[in-house]
Amino acid sequence: MFDSLMFGGFLASTVVQNALLIGAAAAVLSGIVGVFTVLRGQSFAGHALADVSSAGGALSLLLGINPMLGFFGLGLLGALGLTGRRRGDGDLAAGILLGTGLGLTALLLHFAVTMRGVAGAAVSVMFGSLFAAPPGAGVLAFFAALAGILLLALIYKPLLLASLDSELASVRGANIRLVAGVFLVLLALAVTLSAMAVGAILSTALLIGPAAAALRVSRRPWVAMLLAALFGVACCWGGVALAYASYDWTPGRVWPVSFFITSLVLLVYAAASWRRQ
Amino acid sequence: MSLTVTNLTVRYGGREVLRDVGFALEPGAFCGLIGANGSGKTTLLRTILGFETPSAGRVERDGTVGYVPQKLQIAADMPVRARDLVALGLDGHRLGFSWPSAGRRRRVEEMLASVDALAFADQRVGELSGGQLQRVLIAHALVSGPKLLLLDEPLANLDLRAAAEIVALLKRVAGQGVTVLISAHDMNPLLGAMDRLVYLANGRAASGRTEQVVRTEVLSELYGYHIDVIRVHGRILVVAGNAEAHHHHDHDHVAAIP
Repeated sequence: MFDSLMFGGFLASTVVQNALLIGAAAAVLSGIVGVFTVLRGQSFAGHALADVSSAGGALSLLLGINPMLGFFGLGLLGALGLTGRRRGDGDLAAGILLGTGLGLTALLLHFAVTMRGVAGAAVSVMFGSLFAAPPGAGVLAFFAALAGILLLALIYKPLLLASLDSELASVRGANIRLVAGVFLVLLALAVTLSAMAVGAILSTALLIGPAAAALRVSRRPWVAMLLAALFGVACCWGGVALAYASYDWTPGRVWPVSFFITSLVLLVYAAASWRRQ
Repeated sequence: MSLTVTNLTVRYGGREVLRDVGFALEPGAFCGLIGANGSGKTTLLRTILGFETPSAGRVERDGTVGYVPQKLQIAADMPVRARDLVALGLDGHRLGFSWPSAGRRRRVEEMLASVDALAFADQRVGELSGGQLQRVLIAHALVSGPKLLLLDEPLANLDLRAAAEIVALLKRVAGQGVTVLISAHDMNPLLGAMDRLVYLANGRAASGRTEQVVRTEVLSELYGYHIDVIRVHGRILVVAGNAEAHHHHDHDHVAAIP
């Protein structure tokens, strides 16, 4: 496998380079945003946004536009739907949003297959197709992740205080509605990038897994964010490498990247939990 | 006045939780907000903080306010140390990035020292005991220099020693000119420290010095039925009495009230 990776043109392939860049961008932003998603108890909202964004992914296939625009556009609409909800209401709204999003995805995928003849549309949107990402998507993902990190840096302190206790933050004078709204936009951006890497259905794994693992072993917020990003990148790049190597295991057929990435996420989380004990 | 509450009425779904409540606190006052569970203490504090909108009356505050909530639901894996929580009291509302400064670190250190929390300053907030967390929350509330400090049942779930230490700490805070309003369902731990109290029952309030308010006539009027105030070994017991039985010197009380 090592020979296959190092000498088989793994890093020389532009397809692989694109995949590695998208994976890293998705992993870094999802890891950082994921830390707050876990602390704020918004994992379900993240999953719902991912499912809504899948409708955007399907729409992009139907319209022939950049998938990132489709994923993020619908994810943003979903985020607007969840803005301003209290925690209990938020779960209800997220549940309804999730069902609506998946229903819309089913319809749009149907049209994409029957009207435009896009082969493998469902697998591509729901389970990702890193190796089939359009050229330039990696660079776009990189800048999207950078913008997300800068936005999070802007709201970092009130977000951290509100994640501890929203009333404490409110008494201290933080605009918690603004912070919660901006965070949902960041969540939509993170699941968009993750959806491009591992598919909409599995994007929650990249959002929650590395962050949860990092939180098990960190005592400081910035350490948790850094570790979550590193864990995520390691899982993504490891997954891409293993998928690339799988070409030799079953000649002519590459195993799904998403399978390897989510399996590595599980292993990292299990290792972090074991270390904590 | 640091805090003036005038004719305050708060309704939830048609039910009057607070009715015509009024009192005023001077700078540096240490005031107990006393009442049974469900008497409206938390509602009153939340209305003073601006979380609830009164149906009538008004709240006037002079200067900034610090708040210590009754409970903090901390996620088990919250990667925030005690000193981080105190620092967030300083600039947790600010948007934008700022580099750590020596002045900020020094201010946090001083505040941790003033509440005797230096020993556990580097522990995660989720690992602190009830008394330790109260100290850190008080430091968080005070680090920005508020004129008024509101505490919602900070002594609940603390053992006697920890409760006494927190009361002594708050008394020191009041001595520095900060007005302290502390809610409690049991007034006894506060008896030696309170300058005055606001007693809530049936949504109504009586306020003044302890000996002025905690009297049979005042509390009976507040509750709407006969109340006995019993003083035993420096402690005060407020118990529901039977007016007729009381008249016949029968002290078969039916329920204890804070």
